[in-house]
Amino acid sequence: MFEATAQNRRNLKVEGLLRLLFLWMTCMLILPVALILGVLIVRGGPAISWEFLFTQPMNNMTAGGILPALVGTVWLVVVALIASVPVGVAAALYLSEYAPDNRLTRAINLAIINLAGVPSIVHALFGLGAFVIFFRFGTSILAASLTLAVMTLPVVIVATRESLQTVPLAFREACWNMGATRWQTIRKIVLPNSISGILTGVILEVSRTSGETAPIMFTGAAFFLPFLPQGVLDQTMAMSLHLFVISTQVPDVPEHMPFGVALVLISMVLAMNGISIAFRVYLRGRKKW
Amino acid sequence: MPDVAHAADRRDAAWWIDRAVQILVLAGGLSAIVFIAGIFVFITREGAGFVFDRFDFREFFGSPRWTPTSSHNPTYGALALIAGTASVTGLAMLVSVPFSLGAAIYIGEFATGRVRETLKVLVELLAAIPSVVWGFIGLSIMNPLIIQVFDVPVGLNVLNAGVILGLMAAPIMTTIAEDALKAVPDTYREAAEAMGATRWQVTFKVVLPAARNGLVAATLLGVGRGFGETMAVLMASGHSINLPTSPFDSVRALTATIAAELGETAAGSDHYGALFTLGIFLFLVTFAINFAADVFVRGGQRKHRRRGRRPAASANP
Repeated sequence: MFEATAQNRRNLKVEGLLRLLFLWMTCMLILPVALILGVLIVRGGPAISWEFLFTQPMNNMTAGGILPALVGTVWLVVVALIASVPVGVAAALYLSEYAPDNRLTRAINLAIINLAGVPSIVHALFGLGAFVIFFRFGTSILAASLTLAVMTLPVVIVATRESLQTVPLAFREACWNMGATRWQTIRKIVLPNSISGILTGVILEVSRTSGETAPIMFTGAAFFLPFLPQGVLDQTMAMSLHLFVISTQVPDVPEHMPFGVALVLISMVLAMNGISIAFRVYLRGRKKW
Repeated sequence: MPDVAHAADRRDAAWWIDRAVQILVLAGGLSAIVFIAGIFVFITREGAGFVFDRFDFREFFGSPRWTPTSSHNPTYGALALIAGTASVTGLAMLVSVPFSLGAAIYIGEFATGRVRETLKVLVELLAAIPSVVWGFIGLSIMNPLIIQVFDVPVGLNVLNAGVILGLMAAPIMTTIAEDALKAVPDTYREAAEAMGATRWQVTFKVVLPAARNGLVAATLLGVGRGFGETMAVLMASGHSINLPTSPFDSVRALTATIAAELGETAAGSDHYGALFTLGIFLFLVTFAINFAADVFVRGGQRKHRRRGRRPAASANP
């Protein structure tokens, strides 16, 4: 009674073909990157050793290791986190728990979108004009980290807000009905139930911050400094800028070195993102409501 | 809190703490506005001297001669830089818009279960690769490849930077486009399927038109990303001032010019001010792009709210 007509068969055939086409398009986005990663591993892998990671650069950066750049990146990330996480979490709390749907909230949301969308080099100009010159921090870890903090603020805000909003409204209502204030509700109910989601956002921010180059070029990262930073007002080397420097600015660098730096940098970033994703999947599985 | 709760009822410590926190988090929320305004104020402050004293609208937008270091007659024509940015971004979009939309349709409408989750995670990981690594890939992998395949003398050109930028922008565009497809209520799909439409008919005749605004927004954000990308373009585009006539010409982008030259200028000089003026231009253009994208996203959401299923209860009390 319901035999397939020629029309049906044709439709199914078109559907199959389109499905393949879209699958191919998806693969075309992912495969080149997989290939590139392969090349990085093959050509950068031999460069990596304990010595490479934990010694000073030598002979005008054509030999030796990347220790000051690694340590510098850790400094930059930690200071940036200290500056941006409290502000980001507060902003997310406001948007998720307090903000009415009015013009101000829309303006805040638009500002967040724009903070994420403004070119990184414009953030660099801002950091130079504001932190280095106006606030007189000089070219220092502090200025560079604050620039990074402003730039990556949207990452924390968006991740935290999403995490807060997964806590069901009923949880809050139950708490309010017991006579708790908004803040008591947030501290006892909302934050404990969303803290792991906030952590995911922080890990993502670490990943973003450690890879950025342009914002730190003029605010605190140096091409070459053969010693480790002692405090937040020192300049520092950084992994991302080091990759740029030894692959474009310094002559006669042996080929395996920039590949090694690129491999270390990308491994750091992808590992952070991987952890964040694994964490999220685990949490989703564990959720009781 | 409604008015029936008299103010005198509870002004205990908890009440005051609650107030204080409310003000604190409001300050956090306002900080986003403060920062975006601060960016504009501080780059304008550094660029103002140049804008008022030296800036010549016709020269800036009409002349391809960018020779700020010339000792007798420095010129500040940004046309070639704008053309450089536009050509690289244009090629990147040509490559990545169809593929991103295709990938979004596959992930959102065709893939299911584990395949779908895996693809989403992979796309998210792609978006995480730092731009300096992309630039390095352009320099060390794409460059020899282009020289070999197309038999051209230099492989750092519009093609190289365009492909790199396309690969960079694609994950973001895919994610946002997929969100836009997901925002189309299932009732639309169910209604179409009930009429006997096949999956691709549902996708093309119902879902894509309904998600149109979101897809436009995804493309706009991709353009914004390409426009503002710095390190990758600096390293892969060849960085020579040119009005490009073919994909194999080297070009220089607005962003790359700032990154390459700012370190060598004296604060307060014309050259320094000119670079900040490029920054102001970049800021205004990306602001406009993001604003437009936001308007499109908002328009899309409102449409579905009106015609589709009623929205889930908001988390905001």
